[in-house]
Amino acid sequence: MAETSIALNRFGLGARAGQPSPGDPKRWLLDQFGRFDPRPAPIAGLPAAATLIGMLRDARDERKDRKSEAKANRAEAAAPGKRTGAMPAPFRDLREQYVSAVGARTAAALASDTPFVERLVHFWANHFAISVDKIAVVGLAGAFEFEAIRPHVLGSFGAMLRAVERHPAMLLYLDQAQSIGPGSRLGARAAQRGRERGLNENLAREILELHTLGVRSGYSQGDVTEFARALTGWTVGGLGRLPALQGSGPGFTYAEPIHEPGARTILGKRYGQQGEGQAQAVLDDLAVHPATARHIATKLARHFAADEPPPALVSRLERAFLSSGGDLPSVYRALIEAPEPWSSGPKFRTPWEWAIGALRGTGVTSLPGATAAGAFQQLGQAVWKPGSPAGYDDVAPSWAGPDALYRRIEVAQRIATRAATVDARQLAGQLFPGALSEATRSAIERAESGQQALALLLAAPEMMRR
Amino acid sequence: MKLDRRQLLAVGAASLFAPRIAFAAASTPKRLVFVIQRGAADGLATLAPLGDPAYSGLRGDLAADLVSGLKLDGMFTLHPALKQLGTLYGAKQALFAHAVASPYRDRSHFDGQNVLETGGAQPYDRKDGWMNRLLPLLPAGQARALAVSATIPAALRGDAPVASYAPSNLPDAPADLLQRVSMLYSGDAELHRLWEEALQTRAMAAGTDLGGARGGEAAGKLVAALMNGPQGARVVMVETTGWDTHAGQRARLTAQLSGLDALIAALKTGLGAAWDETLVVVATEFGRTAAVNGTGGTDHGTGSMAMLLGGTVAGGRVVADWPGLAPAQLYEGRDLKPTASLDAVLGGAVAAHFGIDPALAAARLFPGGGGRLVGGLVRT
Repeated sequence: MAETSIALNRFGLGARAGQPSPGDPKRWLLDQFGRFDPRPAPIAGLPAAATLIGMLRDARDERKDRKSEAKANRAEAAAPGKRTGAMPAPFRDLREQYVSAVGARTAAALASDTPFVERLVHFWANHFAISVDKIAVVGLAGAFEFEAIRPHVLGSFGAMLRAVERHPAMLLYLDQAQSIGPGSRLGARAAQRGRERGLNENLAREILELHTLGVRSGYSQGDVTEFARALTGWTVGGLGRLPALQGSGPGFTYAEPIHEPGARTILGKRYGQQGEGQAQAVLDDLAVHPATARHIATKLARHFAADEPPPALVSRLERAFLSSGGDLPSVYRALIEAPEPWSSGPKFRTPWEWAIGALRGTGVTSLPGATAAGAFQQLGQAVWKPGSPAGYDDVAPSWAGPDALYRRIEVAQRIATRAATVDARQLAGQLFPGALSEATRSAIERAESGQQALALLLAAPEMMRR
Repeated sequence: MKLDRRQLLAVGAASLFAPRIAFAAASTPKRLVFVIQRGAADGLATLAPLGDPAYSGLRGDLAADLVSGLKLDGMFTLHPALKQLGTLYGAKQALFAHAVASPYRDRSHFDGQNVLETGGAQPYDRKDGWMNRLLPLLPAGQARALAVSATIPAALRGDAPVASYAPSNLPDAPADLLQRVSMLYSGDAELHRLWEEALQTRAMAAGTDLGGARGGEAAGKLVAALMNGPQGARVVMVETTGWDTHAGQRARLTAQLSGLDALIAALKTGLGAAWDETLVVVATEFGRTAAVNGTGGTDHGTGSMAMLLGGTVAGGRVVADWPGLAPAQLYEGRDLKPTASLDAVLGGAVAAHFGIDPALAAARLFPGGGGRLVGGLVRT
C-alpha cells in the first residue's frame, strides 16, 4: 500500500469525500496533534456526567417506588399477574442519552479533520472499556468517552488513567461505587448489625489486568485485594444512597466513612498515605510501570501494525513510553516513525471502522443517533457495548465472518442508494491513492450503474481492510 | 365478496370496447402468476432425465438424491423436494416443458434474464416487458398487475401501470450486486471464502427474495393475499433468487426447491377456489451444464425446464423433444440442447389461458422467440 493510503486508512478513519490527499503522510499525522478538538460541536451540547447521574438517581427512585407499590398491591389485593409495568420513563431517558451520544460520537468521527487522533480516542475508549449492557452505565457511556478519554488523548497516560478510574461510569461499571472497607467506620457498623457489607475487588483487578500491567504480568491475588482496600472510599456521589456517600454533589466522591484504614502493600511497595491519595499513589506508580509500558505498547502495535504485534515495534513503543514517563504524543511519534505500520500487511477493519470509512468517503457528516446505533448493532459492533471490560477484540478472526461480511454488503448497498451523486470511479482513487487494485478498478468500471459501482467500491477488499 | 353495480359495468364496458380480443367465457377472472427463478435454475436436477443413459455418469453424486423422487415416466423423475408439485402433477394440474430456451444463447445471467423478461430477441433490444404488454390485451378488470418486490422487474416494466409491493423488512441486496461482489472477491482468498460461505447460508435460509427460514410459504401466502378479493391483483410476478448453484448444489438446490414447492402450495391454499382460474408459470433464464463441476455444483448452461401449474393447465405430462445427453448431443459439448422455444411455451400458455389470439400474443408478447406458439397447454 502506498504511504498516503496507509496514513488515510490505517492511521486515519478513511478519506472524506472531496478532501485533498495529504502531501506528506507523516507530517499530516503529526500536525493533527495541534489541531485536535477535544470538544467538537456534536459533543459540546451533550449533558455532563453530573446531569446524567441525577437522571440515574431519578430512574432508580422511580423503579424502587414502583416495586414497593407493586409489593403493597400484591399484599393487599393479591392480584397475581399484575406486573410492575414497562421500563420507568427515566430509564428510557437514559437510553435516549445513549442514543444521542452514539450520534455525537459518529458525527465527530465523520466530520473530523484529525482522524488519527479521533482513531486514538476510539482506541483508548476500547482499552478502558465500559459496556452498556450494565444498565447503570447506559446514560453515562458517552460522557465517559467525552470527559475521561478525549481531553487526555494527547496528554499523559497517567492523567488519562486518573480521569478514567474516577469517572462515575467506570466506578459504577466495575462496582467500585459500592465497595466498602470491612474495617471502615461504616463497614464495622454494618458488621455489628450482621449485614454483609464489604470489599468489591472488581475495579482493582481490572485496573491491574486490563488497564495497566496486563494479565499474568506478575501481580498476585494479594496485590488485587490490597489495591481494592486502597480504592475503598472512591465512589459516586449524588446517587441518593447512604448519606455518608453523598459527597459534595453528583460525580466522583471520596467517602472517608467507607475507606479501609491503614497502610497497604502492593507489588512489594508500602503505601502509607491516608484517604483518597492512597489509591491515587498506586495508580501513579502503575501508570509508569514497565509492565504497563509493555502492555500498552503491545496493544498499540496490534492496532497499527498486525494482529500478531511485531516485537521490534513493541520494544520501540515501550521505550518511548518509559523514557517519556507515559507521554502519549511521544509514543504516537514513535509509532509514526517506526517502519512496521507502513510495511505490515493490512488489518481487517472492524464494523465501526468500515462503516465510518464508507460514510466519510461518501460525504456523510452526521447520522441520526438512532440510525447510527441501529446500524452498528446490525453490523455486529454496538457502540460502547463490548459485553466485557476487556473491550472489543482487535484481531481479524473476531470480525471476518461470513454473516458479518454479508451485512456489510447490505449496508454498502443502502449507503450507495442514498449517495446518488457520488462518482465511484473518482472516489476510488481518492480513498486509496496509489493503492487501488486492478480487480476493484475494473469491477467499478463494469458496474451496471453508478449506484452499483459505489456499492462495489464500499464492498471492495481495499475497503474491508486498512 | 360483493361486486357493486359500477364495477360490473366497468368490466362489461371494457369487454365491449375490446373487440379484437376474444375472451374465454369465464365466470371468474383469470389469474396469472410468473415466478422467475433468477440465477439459472438447474432443470436437469429439478426434472431429472434419469432414463437417459448418460445422466448418472455426467451428474455423479448430484444424482444421488433423485432416486427417491416421483417417477413421472420412463425418462423423467421429479426432484424429491417437490412433493406438492408431484401431487399437482397427479391431479393433472402441473405440466413440465423440458429442453427449452429463450432466444438468448450466451451465459450471462443479467442478459439472459433481460431476454426472458422482455420477450426480445437480444438483451436490451426492448425496454418493456412481456407481462406489461399483456395488460392492454386484458379486459380492464383483469389488468391489475403487481410485482412482489421493491422495484418493478423488467417483465412488468412498460407503459401500463403496475403496482409493486414488498414486505417492509429490508429486501436482500440485489442478486446482481451479490454476483459482482463474488467476482470482485475471486482473487482475495480470505474474502472469497467468507463470501461463498455467506451466500450459501443465505441461499439455504431463504428460497426467495422475501427472506426468512420459511420464505417460500410466507411468499405464497403473501402473494395469495395480494390476489384475493375483487380488487386483488390478476397478473403478478414473484422473484426468487439463489438458483446459481456453482458449488454445494445438492443441499442448496434441495432448499431452493423446497421453498418453491412451499410457495406454490401456499399460493394454491391461499387462492382457494380461484386456483381453478389460475395459471402459474415458473421459468429461469437458462439452464446449467450437463456435467457436475469440481465444486459439487454446475455452471451456466443453455437448455432448461419450465413449469406450468394451476387449475387451467392441461397437466399431468412432460412436454419435451428430448435431445439426449450423450457428448455429441450436447449444445456446444456441455449443455442440454434446447429443442423447443421457451417463449413459445410461455406465450402459448398465457394466450390460451386468457383466450388471446395466439398470433397476436406471439407478436405482442414474444416478438423475439415466440414464433408459432405451442398449443394445448391449457384447457380452454
